[in-house]
This record gives sequence, structure tokens and C-alpha cells, in this order.
Amino acid sequence: MSIALFRIDDRLIHGQVVVGWGKPLNARFIVLVDDGVRASDVEQELYRMGVPPEIEVMFASTTEARQRLPDWERDPRIGILVLGDINTLAALTGNGHGVNRVNVGGLHHRPGRSERLRYVYLTDEEAAQLRALAARGVEVTAQDVPTARPVPLEDFT
Amino acid sequence: MSDPLRGVIVSHAAVAEALLTAVAAITGVNDALVPVSNDGCDTGALTERLIRAIDGRPAVLFVDLPGGSCLTSSVRLARGRADVAVVTGVNLAMLLDFVFHRDLTPADAARRAAEAGSRAIRTPAA
Repeated sequence: MSIALFRIDDRLIHGQVVVGWGKPLNARFIVLVDDGVRASDVEQELYRMGVPPEIEVMFASTTEARQRLPDWERDPRIGILVLGDINTLAALTGNGHGVNRVNVGGLHHRPGRSERLRYVYLTDEEAAQLRALAARGVEVTAQDVPTARPVPLEDFT
Repeated sequence: MSDPLRGVIVSHAAVAEALLTAVAAITGVNDALVPVSNDGCDTGALTERLIRAIDGRPAVLFVDLPGGSCLTSSVRLARGRADVAVVTGVNLAMLLDFVFHRDLTPADAARRAAEAGSRAIRTPAA
């Protein structure tokens, strides 16, 4: 195991990811999976600014991530993979590569979403997507920082 | 004469509000700064808060950390604009200097604030 945390967070790389999770996990690489960021050098530079030099940051499109995930999982370093929405997660987990745990770390208010937890807002369709993942054997919990209690999927969908 | 600069403090949790209160307590100036917290925001919602805080005026955005959601939203908003500048590592010293030097361009005010903030970081002999 080298990707220790698969995280859905619409803020992508930020303090909770780099410090909150990165420090206790001793993460040495972060993969950001987002088609828009992957296509923009300027956006990539913005996200790099929040990461200390000892942690490598990699950017991937959804398609690239599907191909490269086995390599990241074989990496001897500990890593974090972060993506911003449930559709991207569904695209990744549909590859049969064996993601077995997903952390919902931050999905915030948008039109059509309702509050499920202080830091998790979902549409009914998104909640159903998460339940479908769980039905395929993926353990889905919500937890913003490591010191918080992991909230089981059934308690927020 | 153009509008004096507005300072927008952009932070996690209640840091921005606390800094604003401290500046007002020390200087009596209470119309130069606006606090914005990223609480409960994705990047789009935070950008909307920043736009409301700037309110169409020339501004300097004082961001708490040199990375993360507060910075990314601030830099995206300021990109390509001469009327908005960004400083990271906000501290009380830089804000105290800023509120009395609001007649500069945003870029000059940002540079000045960064220097004032840096000068305040010391390790005095105990």
C-alpha cells in the first residue's frame, strides 16, 4: 500500500490535506486528479505553492490517473490522492484497480445540494453514487481531519 | 482623488475577524479592512465572498498561508488585474502599517505590507 488516503475534497490540495493528513501519514507524494488543473500550468503552480518541497506533487487527468494508479500504488513512498468530485472518483474506481477505502473530506454547498455534515453537502444523485460505490465493496467514510471521528456512509447519505 | 485601498483579510476559521478586531483596538481605524473566512466554502463560494468584500474598490488581499484554498481563490481573482494585489503570511504588524498607507497602488501597498510583516518576525533574546 502506498496511497494511504483517497480523498474527495473540492478544495483539492489545501491545509487539511497537506498538514492535517500529510504530517501524521508522513506523506511524500500527493496526486491531484483534476482535468482542469492538469491542463493549466498556472493552476498547478498555485497548488504547488501550498506544499513543502519534501512532498512531490503530481497532476493527472482522470484518464491518466486510471492508467497510472497501479504505479502509484507500487510506489514505496506514502502518498495521498485527492480529487474534487464524485464523478471523478466513480471514473477511477470503475477501473477494477482495487480502491477499497474513500475519504469524503469536503464537498461544500452548491445549488441542488443539501447539508449532510458540516463539511459535506450532496445532491440526492451524489449520495446514490456513494452508496453504489459502497455496494461494490468500497468503504466510504466522511472525515475532515484525522483527529475527527470517521462518519460511516449510512450516517450522511 | 481615488478611493483609499481596501484591505481584505482572507483566512481559515476566525483569524481574519480576530485580526480586524485587534487592528481596530490598537489604531481606532475600523473602515479599512474586511474579514473573509473560508469556512464552509469551496473555491467558487470563497471567490464570491472575496468579490463581495472587495466591492469594486482597489484592494490588497491579505492571505493567511502561502498555499491552500485562501491563496488559490485570491490569486485567481487578482490575476491580470492592476487594482488587486495579494500578500501572504498576514500578521498584525503588516495590517497596522497598511491601514496608515492606503494611498499607494495595490502592488506597492502589498510590497510595503510584506516588508512590514517580515520586520516583525524576530527571535528576541529572553
